[in-house]
Amino acid sequence: MKTHNNFDEPFEFAGKVKTWSLVMIAVGVIGVLLGFLTNDGERTFANLLLMGYYFTCVCLAGVFFCAIQYAAQAGWSASLLRIPQAFIKVLPYAIVLLLVIVASGMFITHTGTDEEGHKAVVPYLYKLWAAKGLTTPGSENYDAIIAGKSGFLNKPFFFIRLIGFLVAYAICGRLLVKYSTEEDDMGGMFNYKKSFKISCVFLAIFGFTVPLFSYDTIMTLDAHWFSTMFGWYNLAALWVSGLAVITFFIIMLKKQGYFSWITENHLHNMGILMFAFSIFWTYLWFAQFLLIYYANIPEESVYFYKRWEPEFKPWFWLNIVINFAAPFFLLMSRDAKRLLSRIKMVAIILIIGHWLDYFMMIMPGTVGPQSHWYTEIGWIEPCVFIGFAGLFTFLVLTALSKFKSLAPKNHPLLQESLHHHI
Amino acid sequence: MSSTKYILGLFDDPDEMMNGIDNLQRNSVPIYDVYTPMPIHGIEAKLGIKESRLGYAAFMFGCLGGTIVFSMICYMLVLDWPMNIGGKMHFAVPDFIPITFEWTVLFTAFGMTGTFFFATHLFPGRAPRVMDLRATNDRFVIAIDAKGNIPHDDITNLLKQSGAVEVKHNDRKYVSYE
Repeated sequence: MKTHNNFDEPFEFAGKVKTWSLVMIAVGVIGVLLGFLTNDGERTFANLLLMGYYFTCVCLAGVFFCAIQYAAQAGWSASLLRIPQAFIKVLPYAIVLLLVIVASGMFITHTGTDEEGHKAVVPYLYKLWAAKGLTTPGSENYDAIIAGKSGFLNKPFFFIRLIGFLVAYAICGRLLVKYSTEEDDMGGMFNYKKSFKISCVFLAIFGFTVPLFSYDTIMTLDAHWFSTMFGWYNLAALWVSGLAVITFFIIMLKKQGYFSWITENHLHNMGILMFAFSIFWTYLWFAQFLLIYYANIPEESVYFYKRWEPEFKPWFWLNIVINFAAPFFLLMSRDAKRLLSRIKMVAIILIIGHWLDYFMMIMPGTVGPQSHWYTEIGWIEPCVFIGFAGLFTFLVLTALSKFKSLAPKNHPLLQESLHHHI
Repeated sequence: MSSTKYILGLFDDPDEMMNGIDNLQRNSVPIYDVYTPMPIHGIEAKLGIKESRLGYAAFMFGCLGGTIVFSMICYMLVLDWPMNIGGKMHFAVPDFIPITFEWTVLFTAFGMTGTFFFATHLFPGRAPRVMDLRATNDRFVIAIDAKGNIPHDDITNLLKQSGAVEVKHNDRKYVSYE
């Protein structure tokens, strides 16, 4: 076993990776511009919202990962904490991007179709509750259900909640990174104890508010419908996709020759987490589905009715296959979790799978059915995905290269992590 | 010929016992088994123990339980006595999934318990047999099959050198708690 690790070798972000991530961003920008130019504004906005939300969720998963490790005083992960910390550093960009997308989608209007299929001037996003006159009694657009929800679901309060939650998460994340980098210089237990406290505070805030965050951003696209499972279902999606992205970054950075101290034992743990939380995701997905299926109340089952239209049904089933069956069978045995190639494959499957998961949450309520099931995913979807993937890679690797050392070298549990063996 | 069947080296410290294993292996003395009151990290690799197949047993029991209950529900609710429940079709798979899941877990749990009892010769009502009573208390025991492993005195010396607090030459393989 190697006994000496050079933690002070910083990450150098250059070469092919940088070029390719910039190319990917360019693809995304071109895709979005073409989307607007070809008069597919609503579809482009829906895709932007999808990826903006996904982007924010993965960064939040970075905060969540660090906070859990500190709050549980876990040792195994100490040497890989810089990767989720780089995600945390990207969180502010993600928040600004998401807010810009949400705000412009809500305030820029176009002539589209309202829920009855009539031509009307509606905003690009959240047309079911943010369009004009929905809550004004006597207006021709008046919608009693939306009016009943307007005490909670109105534009000012919506933005107060969204900004409040996201800023709170960003501050907690920022503090975690700050304590960890200060720990590198100072040593001692002082910063570790502070990290523990802020992690507990973050987890309490996050646990109570993340369902509201996903209700606001995603569930209100289908404003007449509600599900109390939706928040936890989204938390599970956030966490699984975050774990998959963290694992993917670990493997890619290892292939570049960095993080030589991360062994198959750490990947085994990441594999266990991905496996377990994929099942957790399925459990929540199913809990939401079964109750609605069983009770069969029209106001609830309308959500799945839309997703069982022939245009969406193949994707609906594919969602279960790649987010449940694939990780379940590919990662079941112990040996599979210790194979770098297998873990990488599952991470990629889950990253794409949870894109599809968010796709299934967003598209039926915004764009609606296209002509065929296979035209549901056209050229805009991959372009926007590639663009955001490039942006994320670029920002995370830039953030990672700013760290002076690639492991928190004075972390009190670092030795445990370096000798982690299962 | 001596009537010794097994030689036991009793250690009171796990590190010394690991050292003892090294010492014996260096001198090409095959080790029958090692008994410790607590799990010791890395001992399987050192002794070259094959990985447990309990996981495969668990998987098979899970499949068995899932299959049994799914067929049972299908027979009861679809073939034998179809009922109209909330207008659903009779073969309403989502409704069957929770019970299928439960039985999968139940069969896995019971099956693994049974497999464990079978593999370790433990059965309810049967007094467990061990090679040394203190191996479940505070002693770390290395057992060596005495047949063919001679001279016994050399083995005794190796164990003593490695820090064994006691070396036993047992005529019987097991002692019982009875």
